[in-house]
Amino acid sequence: MASGIKDKVVILGMGCSKFGERWDSSPSDLMVEAFEECIEDAGVEREQIEAAWFGAGIDAFNVGSSAMPLAIALRLNYIPVTKVENMCATGTEAFRGAVYAVASGACDIALALGVEKLKDTGYGGLPQRTRGLENDMYWPNLSAPGAFAQLASGYRARHKLNKGDLKRAMAHVSVKSHANGAKNPKAHLQREITEDQAVNAPFIAEPIGLYDCCGVSDGSACAIVTTPEIAKSLGKENLISVKALQLAVSNGTESSHDSWDGSHLKTTRIASQRAYEEAGIRKPTEEITMTEVHDCFSITELVTMEDLQLSEEGKGVNDVLDGNFDSDGKTPCQIDGGLKCFGHPIGASGLRMIYENYLQLNGKAGARQLDDPKMGLNHNLGGFPHQNICSISIIGPYN
Amino acid sequence: MSGITAFDAYIPRGRLSKQAIAEANSWFDSSLKSLGRGERAICNWDEDSITMAVEAANNCLCSKLDADLSSLYLASTTFPFLDRQNSVVVSEALNLNKNIRTMDVGGSQRAATSALISLLESSGEGDSMLVASEHRRSKAGSRAEMLWGDSAAAVLVGTNNVIAECLAIESLAVDFIDHYRGEDANFDYDWEERWIRDEGFMKSVPTVVDKLLDSSSVSAEQINHFILPTDQARTPAALAKKLRINPEAVVDNQIAEVGVAGAAQPILLLAKALENAKPGEHILLIGFGQGCDAVLLKATDAISSYKPSVGVSAALASRREELNYNKFLSFNNLVERDIGKRAEVDKQTYLSGYNRRKDLLTSFVGGKCRECGTVQIPREKYCVNPDCNALESQDPYNFSDKQGTVATWTADRLTFDWSPPAYFGMVQFDGGGKIMMDFTEVEEGSIDSGSKVSVHFRIRQFDPARGFRKYFWKAVIAG
Repeated sequence: MASGIKDKVVILGMGCSKFGERWDSSPSDLMVEAFEECIEDAGVEREQIEAAWFGAGIDAFNVGSSAMPLAIALRLNYIPVTKVENMCATGTEAFRGAVYAVASGACDIALALGVEKLKDTGYGGLPQRTRGLENDMYWPNLSAPGAFAQLASGYRARHKLNKGDLKRAMAHVSVKSHANGAKNPKAHLQREITEDQAVNAPFIAEPIGLYDCCGVSDGSACAIVTTPEIAKSLGKENLISVKALQLAVSNGTESSHDSWDGSHLKTTRIASQRAYEEAGIRKPTEEITMTEVHDCFSITELVTMEDLQLSEEGKGVNDVLDGNFDSDGKTPCQIDGGLKCFGHPIGASGLRMIYENYLQLNGKAGARQLDDPKMGLNHNLGGFPHQNICSISIIGPYN
Repeated sequence: MSGITAFDAYIPRGRLSKQAIAEANSWFDSSLKSLGRGERAICNWDEDSITMAVEAANNCLCSKLDADLSSLYLASTTFPFLDRQNSVVVSEALNLNKNIRTMDVGGSQRAATSALISLLESSGEGDSMLVASEHRRSKAGSRAEMLWGDSAAAVLVGTNNVIAECLAIESLAVDFIDHYRGEDANFDYDWEERWIRDEGFMKSVPTVVDKLLDSSSVSAEQINHFILPTDQARTPAALAKKLRINPEAVVDNQIAEVGVAGAAQPILLLAKALENAKPGEHILLIGFGQGCDAVLLKATDAISSYKPSVGVSAALASRREELNYNKFLSFNNLVERDIGKRAEVDKQTYLSGYNRRKDLLTSFVGGKCRECGTVQIPREKYCVNPDCNALESQDPYNFSDKQGTVATWTADRLTFDWSPPAYFGMVQFDGGGKIMMDFTEVEEGSIDSGSKVSVHFRIRQFDPARGFRKYFWKAVIAG
């Protein structure tokens, strides 16, 4: 019987580049920026890293298809490096590889790094790209907002909401994240917005308007992980350990079986339930202090609150409007500004989100520091509401 | 006795205001103002002669569910493919028997009447289908743009339950070049209208009709429906007079409602005449082009009980007014639009992969599990039912004739679409099965979760670099 990942691996150090339209920075530049912060925080030498996992999402616009760009950028010493890609869960997937390697005993110190360069396309939004030979033959030519706008229609139909009420709650999600992002010097978008601005912005994909969408940015984030014993031997105190690391991947049930109505994310429900069990969490609303969830679009965050059991089903709109997830609410969400303000460099996002939870748990989050945070959950959702990959990680103080 | 056993039509719902055409172009050619009345049928960006043919043929088959098809002929001068049999694509979209005989007939405005004659002369057991479909391109600001329209129509030919029997057939082959379109040309080149009338219509049609009537012992006065497909407004009446056919018998060419649908026009007007014909009435059908064809038909008693599933008058009434002439230019590739960088993604079709998925892509066939009864699309190796997941347990299951309900949807303004916003979403089918698919011809405000839809064969994507186009099925919000 597997015992799970809880408290087997700790984070030795983390780093995160400034996110934004980094016109003058290559993927290598971004990787080095994140890595330099990370290795200084970890207090180890590059030569002590025994294996690395490299997350990058969109080959054609980024670094290509192998692990070599990471090894070359960081001049890693011919160690094993594995490239991973799992859509928007890529960053967390890289983290998972490094954590599992350490937990297995195969190596003592491992690196996970994610990077994405999205701003070299010549146009706004995510790059237009293939969904594979099969899907390209018959899938609608949907954009990312087009994919998730369908979630809004499914959620609205399921809970018999009128368009205006849902849109107002979606606006609140974005207003809250912008308020948080305004306090974060590494965020791409560092300014507040109003609910009126969000509600009245032009539609990108109805009912998703401009301010319901996360930014599109370049960025990189990374983590160095090891065992609690080694961390202690290196003189580290107040260790932050991995409590849960879960992944759920759609098997086509949502897209082809009548049991799914388009109103929720089946994978998030499954992955979060497994993660709570792995971490020994019985009451998420009581035990999770803060969340960094995949707010690619405001509606995704709202529905995710229910799928993570932080809202009762159908109560997401009320809980959002009541401020439950605001910085001064019961369970602050996107205290760093989220994808909304950081943008979503695919390969980097998961690690960037863990980075924020890590800073908060270490009391190093500056102007946005929460009081006495205990347990941070990070959630990514890669793909589309009807076919996706959900990753969940939970970190907290090592016991 | 061979004759027509069923008929139906398809007219695109888009109707471009001719006043909009005139307003855009009369600065150059003021004579267009006099033509600026009424409207013309226009293909949506995702329609062509193949998709319209599928619609017309499907309508026709829906009105005669017991049809036993042995052949399918497709007549057009605007085939999307010059070498890839277009009628086979139509046949597969209709999910017809693979042993069917198919043929494309083109090259002339009388392609459809010649194909009809061939089927009438050869009909044996079972029914043969003739579909005529036309999507003619014309230069911006031309008279043709004002006079032509896009349409399709289909008839079944057979010997059982004939609704209009064939009494006589006559043809004339004369290389009279009223217009032509050469191998490398995008547009027709034509000669003076008056010359075409005097030396063309007024000479060759009487030659053929006189001979036809002589051979059938039917007199001109007995013709109740006289079909002369032409974009010359006054010529049918002038010819009727010359032939001593009753002026009321002239079947209107619908220039102000649909526009003249090229090679499809004879069959569209035949469908219209049959819709109105009473038992015993005579129909004289002409096809004109490098000579002419003439077919004399007589409605039987069976016509009074025949009901087309759609019919010409209902197809005419199902319309959506289009006032934007620029959109028409764009849909017909008559103007070089800036379509944005998102449109630059390569549209290569991987033919071997396409071939593997042809059941899904062309026929919209999914699967039904023999173990648990779950209906699903696409059809994969393992059943999708989480409680079943049986291997290779699915029989083919047709979705193209199913209605469905919109579960989720959006109007996407970021992605590339020839007519933004792009509407798509999850369709839940009556009887089970669901798929995320495109919606087409959605009018703003007409769609929400719960809306009813039917599915239609449409163009999905063009690959201009390789001259290919992909088709797939799209949902249309029910009436």
